[in-house]
Amino acid sequence: MSLEIVGITVLWIFLYGYLIVASIDFGAGFFAFYGRMKGKEHTLNVLISRYLSPVWEVTNVFFVFFFVGLVGFFPDAAYYYGTALLLPGSIAIILLAIRGSFYAFGNYGSKDNIVYLFLYGATGLLIPASLSTALTISEGGFLEEQGDKVVFLARELFTSPYSWSVVVLSIVSVLFISATFLTYYANRAGDMDSREELRRFSLFWSPPTILASLLVFVSLREHNPGHFNSAIEIWWMFGLSLVCFLGASFFIYRRRNFGLAFILVMQQFFFAFFGYGASHLPYILKPFITIETSVTNPTMGMALVVVFIAGLLLLIPSLYLLMRLFLFDADYVKGNK
Amino acid sequence: MVLDSVILSRMLTSTTLAFHIIFATIGVGVPVMISIAEFMGIKRNDPHYLLLARRWARGFTITVAVGVVTGTAIGLQLSLLWPSFMQVAGQVIALPLFMETFAFFFEAIFLGIYLYTWDRFKNKWIHWLLTIPVMIGSSASALFITTVNAFMNTPQGFELENGKAINIDPIAAMLNPATPTKVFHVLTTAYLTSALILAAITAFAILRKKGGDYHKKALRLTMVSALIFAFGSALAGDLSAKFLAEYQPEKLAAAEWHFESEENADLIVFGTLDENNEVHNEIRLPGFLSFLAGSSFDTEVIGLNEFPEDERPPLWVHYLFDLMVSIGFYSIFIAGAFILFWKWKKRNEWNKGLLWGIVASGPLAMLAIEFGWIYAEVGRQPWILRGYMKVAEAATKADGVGLTFALFVGLYILLGILCVVVLIKMFKNKPAEAELEQRFPKKAS
Ligand code: HDD
Ligand code: HEM
Ligand code: HEM
Repeated sequence: MSLEIVGITVLWIFLYGYLIVASIDFGAGFFAFYGRMKGKEHTLNVLISRYLSPVWEVTNVFFVFFFVGLVGFFPDAAYYYGTALLLPGSIAIILLAIRGSFYAFGNYGSKDNIVYLFLYGATGLLIPASLSTALTISEGGFLEEQGDKVVFLARELFTSPYSWSVVVLSIVSVLFISATFLTYYANRAGDMDSREELRRFSLFWSPPTILASLLVFVSLREHNPGHFNSAIEIWWMFGLSLVCFLGASFFIYRRRNFGLAFILVMQQFFFAFFGYGASHLPYILKPFITIETSVTNPTMGMALVVVFIAGLLLLIPSLYLLMRLFLFDADYVKGNK
Repeated sequence: MVLDSVILSRMLTSTTLAFHIIFATIGVGVPVMISIAEFMGIKRNDPHYLLLARRWARGFTITVAVGVVTGTAIGLQLSLLWPSFMQVAGQVIALPLFMETFAFFFEAIFLGIYLYTWDRFKNKWIHWLLTIPVMIGSSASALFITTVNAFMNTPQGFELENGKAINIDPIAAMLNPATPTKVFHVLTTAYLTSALILAAITAFAILRKKGGDYHKKALRLTMVSALIFAFGSALAGDLSAKFLAEYQPEKLAAAEWHFESEENADLIVFGTLDENNEVHNEIRLPGFLSFLAGSSFDTEVIGLNEFPEDERPPLWVHYLFDLMVSIGFYSIFIAGAFILFWKWKKRNEWNKGLLWGIVASGPLAMLAIEFGWIYAEVGRQPWILRGYMKVAEAATKADGVGLTFALFVGLYILLGILCVVVLIKMFKNKPAEAELEQRFPKKAS
């Protein structure tokens, strides 16, 4: 495999990891706020905080890893995205900063502050929306090179149906992924009240997930026919995604195998995300950068791959330990530890 | 001064870093102090130390959060504000940045485990062992990011041809001449500052309500650690000056207002400068600059006049350097005095003056961190990559940096205030004595 393919695959895997763990976190913020509003905080919110408290920093590192890796493997991406995204990027950082710190302030500091909880819930939906525009922009048509400047065409973005369909998809997916995970978690905790509440959320958000994906396909066809056609060539990826979705919804509906249902949701997004990514290639940012033209020099590329492998050897056992202690330890989940 | 995007990018980078470095320093140093306290607690079977470790760790959750989010901000801002720099330097220096993210992962995972497993292991040492990966993770992130900064000061491991980097050697870039002294100084000062901040909080608590054994043990522990780290910091600072004399003489010369190259050069402390660059009102230590630069009075120290005028750093960094060094000596003095009074029974180490001196040492140490970094960064001006790329060539050409700057300043003010408020609330609601009673009911009678 060539260096650029290795690089983009590594980055895509980590972005996928972030997609899953961050969705759980973002959606949980929304549900926590909702639970508070409905006066269900004692079941729902205690449950959510048991899962999130030990892992939220790890979630953030997934994101840091992605953008540091992107700049490392494809330095030209730093130049184009960096110049063009100054304002939208900064707004996304500020939202992330508010969310992360307010989580800590609210959770470890002053427990019952409704303002923290509101901001925490609201940013949970705004952040995926703003981060997803980076993917939208990569489809081309929203940046223009003027002399030595790269200009971001905000008006085009705000009036593009494609862009809005991606925003809708991102929000709906976040809520769906989060609800299915928390249903599983509540079930393990033996907290039937929360489980039923969350199961209802999962079912409620499951049809919109598929509708929103269809919407994205339709508008992509208008916006970037080239990408649409490559996606059709690997239609089976999206087919598998649909099958996993149906399986997951079935299990949740029948109140069975919540763990398996969540794994199916993960696979649903895995196939869709990698199908999307594979058909997007060779462009990182259409039409300015492709993976071949922007990849770093071979020496640095090799060094990054070596460090990546060494890093994984360190990371996988540590992550396993974390999951064993906080996810698979029934006593912890139940609140006995 | 026109507020063009170069100036604004500099202002925003400086603000973010100046804010991040407070929490980063705590993030590097406090895990070490927590680890020492828990170690003592288990070893001596002393609930006071165990409670100390717990309470420090609880406060740490708040500062870590701010450290993480501001770190994420600076990481993204590097690409947003300095895209041309990242495009070129990214080819050479991506390796340590990438390694840093693994260090973050390592720290984040084990910190999460550490904070939520206090009573989970039968063998208490297992919980203590968890502090080791946390310390390794945070100190390693400081190490890797400092190699990046060192690279900007003494770049090597590549050649520049038509604005493109070629013949790249990432390892040589990381192990550039500035790395050893910089890493050593950054780590020792982070440990020192954290010890002094914890000491300052403890001393303040004693002054407020005459703390019991718990506070006394805490102050002794932090003061002994601070003295060790203060000696380490001074040694590392001295080595840094020797490094500068050899590899970056213009930075040292600017800090010392040293214009003509000469042997037996005088060390100028404080003072003022007139428009002809004549020094007045200074304290002059004859020959000491040569000594600082090369451990001998006849070392020749290169003066600023050997550099073209547009490549000289601003001269006000002199004050920052002097203040940093003064604070360094103050730390040695205050920690030394406390330990002396404590060992030498005739004196009372709990006297008010000394305690107030300790209270001051915490904020002062943090100021020294800020002064040190501003000195190191401004002293590199006008270069972003010394000898290769100037700051003005590297800044973004996008519009809207001003607005971004305003937004971030607002964010940092908000985070700063809330962080302090939350911390105060956290400890006010649960005084140490009450918590000791509740957690260790038998022993703490
Ligand atoms: C508590 C903080 C603190 C204290 C007490 C000191 N320093 Fe420092 N100093 C730093 C915190 C710091 C720093 C923040 O860590 C810097 C900024 C950049 C760097 O590498 O370390 C630094 C940089 C720095 C540099 C520039 C290095 C470079 O740019 O490569 C020199 C020459 C010194 N220091 C020398 C000293 C001396 C002789 C001290 C005498 C005791 C001293 N410092 C105390
Ligand atoms: C890739 C890494 C880095 C880049 C691109 C960078 C770049 C810059 C630039 C361009 C400035 C503005 C200089 C000026 O205003 O005169 C600056 C200032 C500063 N930097 Fe660095 N730097 C980096 C690493 C670091 C690190 C690791 C630190 C440590 C925290 C640091 C601390 C500072 C500080 C405190 C200032 C403020 C100086 C001032 O007030 O102007 N920098 N940096
Ligand atoms: C250009 C300079 C810097 C950049 C780009 C940077 C980047 C980052 C990033 C992205 C994070 C968040 C990581 C996470 O998600 O957990 C972070 C946190 C952290 N940084 Fe920085 N950093 C810089 C300067 C420094 C310096 C100089 C130090 C050490 C002296 C440092 C030490 C830390 C530590 C220990 C953390 C972990 C959070 C904490 O414990 O407070 N950083 N940094």
